Amino acid sequence: MVKLILRDKEYEVRPGMDLLAALEKCGIMPESVIASREGELILDDEILKAGDEIKLVSVISGGSTV
Amino acid sequence: MRQHKLALCKEHFLDWLPEQTERFIKKYEMFTHHEKVLVAVSGGKDSLALWDILTRLGYQADGLYIGLGIDGEFGYSSESQRLTQKFANERNLKLHIVDVEKEYGQPIPVLADLTKRGHGRPCSVCGLTKRHVMNRIARDLGFAVLATGHNLDDEAAVLFGNTLNWLGEYLLRQNPVLPASPGLARKVKPLCRFYEREMAAYAFLRGIEYIYEECPFAVGSKTTYYKELLNQLEVKRPGAKLTFYVKFLEARQQGIFAEKEKIQATLAPCSNCGQPTSAPGNLRSRLVLVLSFDGTGCTGFN
Repeated sequence: MVKLILRDKEYEVRPGMDLLAALEKCGIMPESVIASREGELILDDEILKAGDEIKLVSVISGGSTV
Repeated sequence: MRQHKLALCKEHFLDWLPEQTERFIKKYEMFTHHEKVLVAVSGGKDSLALWDILTRLGYQADGLYIGLGIDGEFGYSSESQRLTQKFANERNLKLHIVDVEKEYGQPIPVLADLTKRGHGRPCSVCGLTKRHVMNRIARDLGFAVLATGHNLDDEAAVLFGNTLNWLGEYLLRQNPVLPASPGLARKVKPLCRFYEREMAAYAFLRGIEYIYEECPFAVGSKTTYYKELLNQLEVKRPGAKLTFYVKFLEARQQGIFAEKEKIQATLAPCSNCGQPTSAPGNLRSRLVLVLSFDGTGCTGFN
């Protein structure tokens, strides 16, 4: 399996799908995160392999603008 | 980057983003290499990336950090200040710090509680305070221009909200550059054409350490909600956010809105601090604090 971690939440998907598909499967808006594997940024079309641990970082900042 | 029909490796992406920033600085006539720039830094990815880019491009850029006194459960303000200070120290950059509680007696959440508008959600008071402080410091320290890290998602979300409510004055003012006027420093947004995701990627690839946690008061904000809506559109139509914003700028340039002079004529100086306000005769009903606001004797937000 492939593990995706976003803050304190963990998701699991089957290997063989690309990152975009994995995010959609987990209900995560692709535009709202960046993803890294072993410290390297990966792109939406990256194929995820069994045992991968993907760290997701939310990119949306909100609140009042200045 | 489907919105740009572009795929870049790490090395070229790190070159491309500053090059494009330089292009937009020139395109919108934001500032020159001869002018001193004050960068408003929050410890987040956008503002620290902006400071990084401007210094790499050779601009004279100091940072301004405003300590808001918002701690939540994870020390939001103290951690963001630590990261900002670390960023400046590691690059030997000059950072100006204004601590709201030290200067004005109370941190933002308490100041907000003292106003009718700020109970439970101090974003309005916070934004007003930041704008006031940024302008004051830029003016007092002789900076020609004040730069903020607003990205395209920020701008598109604001545009979306203003359009939903047909806020003509705000639509007219939303611009990559707000020219200087009496009492107001020039304000610029050099990152306004970059997606939030691109800025996060830049900060990550550049190794910039920034605060991941969001301001505790921003959770559930309208801005965040609008961003999520626009991202749904973006997934189906790559480039939709960029088109929405850029076409708006073009349409306004072509005269779709009222003449600028009519709106500018509505700004007048605050009787307390002299900074321009859109509601000079109605300050008390907007935001008035009993606290002494700054060294000039101003006791009201405007």
